[in-house]
Amino acid sequence: MKYMMFVIADPAAAAEAEPNENDWTIEQWLADVDGRGKRITGDQLRPTSDATTVRVSRGEVVVSDGPFTESKEWICGFDILECDDLDEAIAIAARHPQANGGKLELRPFWTGES
Amino acid sequence: MSAERGAIVASLIRLTGDWDLAEDCVQDAVEKALQRWPHEGVPRSPGGWLTTVARNRALDVLRRRQNERAILQQLALLQDEEQPSVSDDRLRLIFTCCHPAIALENRVALTLKTVAGLSTAEIARGLLVAESTLSQRLLRTKAKIANAGIPYRVPPPELLAERTGGVLNVLYLIFNEGYGQPDDYLATEAERLARLLVELMPDEDEALSLLALITLQMARRATRFDAAGDLVPIEEQDRRRWDTTLIDAGQRYLRRAAASRRPPGPYRLQAQIAACHATASDVATTPWPAIVTLYDALLTAHPSPVVALNRAVAVGFRDGYAAGLAELDRLSGPALAGYYLLPAARADFLRRSGRSDEARAAYDEAARLAPDGSAEQRLLERRLASLP
Repeated sequence: MKYMMFVIADPAAAAEAEPNENDWTIEQWLADVDGRGKRITGDQLRPTSDATTVRVSRGEVVVSDGPFTESKEWICGFDILECDDLDEAIAIAARHPQANGGKLELRPFWTGES
Repeated sequence: MSAERGAIVASLIRLTGDWDLAEDCVQDAVEKALQRWPHEGVPRSPGGWLTTVARNRALDVLRRRQNERAILQQLALLQDEEQPSVSDDRLRLIFTCCHPAIALENRVALTLKTVAGLSTAEIARGLLVAESTLSQRLLRTKAKIANAGIPYRVPPPELLAERTGGVLNVLYLIFNEGYGQPDDYLATEAERLARLLVELMPDEDEALSLLALITLQMARRATRFDAAGDLVPIEEQDRRRWDTTLIDAGQRYLRRAAASRRPPGPYRLQAQIAACHATASDVATTPWPAIVTLYDALLTAHPSPVVALNRAVAVGFRDGYAAGLAELDRLSGPALAGYYLLPAARADFLRRSGRSDEARAAYDEAARLAPDGSAEQRLLERRLASLP
């Protein structure tokens, strides 16, 4: 199954995060998921101040500065995972450095293999 | 028949991955059995008969579907020669229904529907929601299991402890939903499910402890509500009508859990507290020091404001009402703000201390915060009216 994993920055979670010596660095995380062939692609995203929102209204393209939603949390990266099932994706998300201090959202692709 | 039913649903889900198909076909088989068995006699292997009828029905439905997935599902059904043990299938079903990626209320509903085999109407009545709402929720939950890739299996060892805790939570929640009402059929279902879990996971001491806890509480069920459906507080319950067979059984489960030599988990501690109450002859001779010690252990391992509240009440019975009131005062803060049991406990100690005016104000506040029209609210109003 393919999952889009949104990496989410969350100031509230960051405020109460306690560093744990068992936490992986992003390099360790990448080495693990790429080494096992579980990640198709992924990247960090520029901050929402660099975002542009586009929509069409009555045939006219409306472009605006900023993200589509104003919120305290924002998507700061993504990874596309190929996993056997949700439990495997949860285990991978739980080892991501942003799990402690931010959060991850797992969204299955509309057209999975099953 | 409900044990057979659950096992067959579980194996059909494993083979086809189709929850609705599994439930419909087993329902169909059960209805056929109810029509035929009274005339033709119960077959030698009722489970085998139901399995065959349900599977044939599933094959019929799948043949009519004529798509690639249906062909694979038929093959899976036909090739299922080596039957894995029934208990594996039932455990798979329980763990999948209680997966943490499903919202808690939906875990409860799906477990009652698929594992316990209750009808949508029965579940809706027990959980106090509209039947249409519940149907929608069940539908969305089954869709999520398929779409999100929630695996149909017993979790691997590294996840087992955590996920077992999740299953126990769901069963205890079902129990509490039922136990709070005079018509407590959901509590009976929870007892049955806990017994099933113990059967399937005989080495799991917390499952035994949950069964002990439920059994000890069920021992008091005949005395918890009066004829008018009003709550009877434990000190006014007629202890001669407590079910000693269930109290003995509960204690037996507790001893078996303790024999695991594992440190007591939250359900063992709660069951031990329930055993202290169930074996005391009245409130005065209840072993309050032991109960406070058990609450201390529970609070250390699993801090929760509600456990702290129960502990404060036990301290009041151990050390005197003034000490209890002092403990309760320490709990006023955001964690229990708006929770009716805090003013209710204060009111109770104030009434016992003869401080009627303060008790009146506290009962008033508690009754206002209690769920409207609930048995708990009626009890508080009764207390209020009985003040001198």
